[in-house]
Amino acid sequence: MEHLNYHHVAPSRAKGSKRQAIVGVVASGDLEVLVERTLPDTECEVNIRTAVEGFGDVWKAVVADFVERRSPGGLKLSVNDGGARPDMVALRLSQAARAVADQS
Amino acid sequence: MTVLDTARRARDRRLQAGAQYAQGKRVARENATALLEAVIQSGDRVCLEGDNQKQADLLAVSLAAMDSNKVHDLHMVQSGVVLPEHLDVFERGIARRLDYAYSGPQSTRIAHLLFGGKIELGAVHTYLELFARYYIDLTPQVALIAAVSADRHGNLYTGPNTEDTPAIAEATVFKDGVVIAQVNEIVDTVPRVDIPGDWVNFVIESGTPFYVEPLFTRDPAAISETQILTAMLAIKGIYAPYGVARLNHGIGFNTAAIELLLPTYGERLGLKGKVASHWALNPHPTLIPAIESGWVKQIHSFGSEVGMEPYIRARSDVYFTGPDGSLRSNRAFCQVAGLYACDMFIGSTLQIDLQGNSSTVTADRVAGFGGAPNMGSDARGRRHPSKPWLQAGKEADPGGPAPLRRGRKLVVQIGETFGDRNAPMFVEHLDALKLAEKLDLDLAPVMLYGDDVTHIVTEEGIANLLLCRDADEREHAVRGVAGFTEIGRGRHAGMVQRLRTRGAIRRPEDLGIDPLDADRRLLSARSIRDLVRWSGNLYEPPSRFRNW
Repeated sequence: MEHLNYHHVAPSRAKGSKRQAIVGVVASGDLEVLVERTLPDTECEVNIRTAVEGFGDVWKAVVADFVERRSPGGLKLSVNDGGARPDMVALRLSQAARAVADQS
Repeated sequence: MTVLDTARRARDRRLQAGAQYAQGKRVARENATALLEAVIQSGDRVCLEGDNQKQADLLAVSLAAMDSNKVHDLHMVQSGVVLPEHLDVFERGIARRLDYAYSGPQSTRIAHLLFGGKIELGAVHTYLELFARYYIDLTPQVALIAAVSADRHGNLYTGPNTEDTPAIAEATVFKDGVVIAQVNEIVDTVPRVDIPGDWVNFVIESGTPFYVEPLFTRDPAAISETQILTAMLAIKGIYAPYGVARLNHGIGFNTAAIELLLPTYGERLGLKGKVASHWALNPHPTLIPAIESGWVKQIHSFGSEVGMEPYIRARSDVYFTGPDGSLRSNRAFCQVAGLYACDMFIGSTLQIDLQGNSSTVTADRVAGFGGAPNMGSDARGRRHPSKPWLQAGKEADPGGPAPLRRGRKLVVQIGETFGDRNAPMFVEHLDALKLAEKLDLDLAPVMLYGDDVTHIVTEEGIANLLLCRDADEREHAVRGVAGFTEIGRGRHAGMVQRLRTRGAIRRPEDLGIDPLDADRRLLSARSIRDLVRWSGNLYEPPSRFRNW
């Protein structure tokens, strides 16, 4: 099991007011993302637990791209990976950002 | 005086040698190996019918059981290397040389035997190319074919899986070869004649149906959201602007997603009746919702698909059927149709390099290509115009004089940037090159050449290679849709941005698509059971696809 941790400065606060949400499932080829609005408005943290080792560079690139596209300021995202491919990871992260943007 | 009928006299001797095991044309199953040993001679070219789907399995087992002291050094020419026995003949020293087109399930073992020197490889062909060579320089002395039933005259009924049989039988029988057929049963009258009796020399009743592989059934339950996104991109970014009415689909999940999105997403875009109406395609179960929704005018098929027969029979407006009501497929004609009468091929691959070359061969699997290189290539002999063909030609050569400008077939590769076990789809060098080096081949087994590929679709967007003017632009169009692979991360951001401005790269947002809308609810069927329902309970899926 590999643990990866990324901190980013986000250009702006994530939209919406919802405190937390979960998207995805822990299944083979999929992943679960818990998103919590717990950080200062310009920070973003992504913690990853994955059984597939050796893809640190790819994770780093996926997370950086996510921060740039979605500007998830204030969000802490915890990823439980079931061996998802990067396209699925990118989609789930974006879904997580949208899930907390929805009005509760 | 030169003797020019030696082959005919040799055939007569073969027939005479085989006759001792036959009553009329009929040979008992237990004498199958003895018959083959009598008819086949060392060094013969033998076509063992191994199609994409239908397998002459009894004859394959009988061939592999021959005594290699009696018969050896055979040259096997066959479409598919699918059954274990297809390779047993090499391991046992019965056969030495192989020319083929496709090897799905045996692709690992075939690589092993190639590396071990047990197989002398002629070439890996596309189907149409191999059939062509049956008539020029790879004509079989003996053909071993499969059919559903025969009458006592040897007339054969192939059922829906006619596939390669006519092409093989014609090449053999009219060049003094011997045709031996295995049939499930011998009957008084066949439902229709697919192969005339005077083409067939011996018939063996196998007693059990020949093996058919359900290759074209994709379970909608296994389609991912990313695959749905690629399908949305393809429909809105390619089918719609070019107006692609005549086409062929590969067998992957991305194209299955497209089929399932036509009645939902495609309908919403107002494309019904404008795209995807005329097909060269096997009877894909995932096309059922589009057929039932009135999208599809007609389909010609290479082969059939397990469980689709009752549905096809009831939808004869759409499929080609015989006077008996069942499907008539024909791989040779359908390949020709795909080459000359379709404006688009869209399919998946395993590897794409920076020039857009594409291959399904990996370091330890020699899968072959089947029909893809033929479907996925520009027909240089084509002369009839159509809107998509002309438009693609214009994009490639905007300055050329219209009446003299060749059109172009749309050849689209679609897939996620990473495949199974996170293997990147985009690579610097194809594994096919390493294989060619290892086996000392003159030609690397490339499935689609980059200069035939017009578009690449991934979850990141669409690369339109028609709009690229030099190798550098092409490379960056590829990199620009290669996602987080090393190739994708090696892009020059400014260059990609320039290509995007010109439409040579189009992102989902450029097409008005929100990736977050890629939802499984867009699929017109989300399970095999949904497909059965759509078919009015006519589709009978194989048991391995049933979970109810």
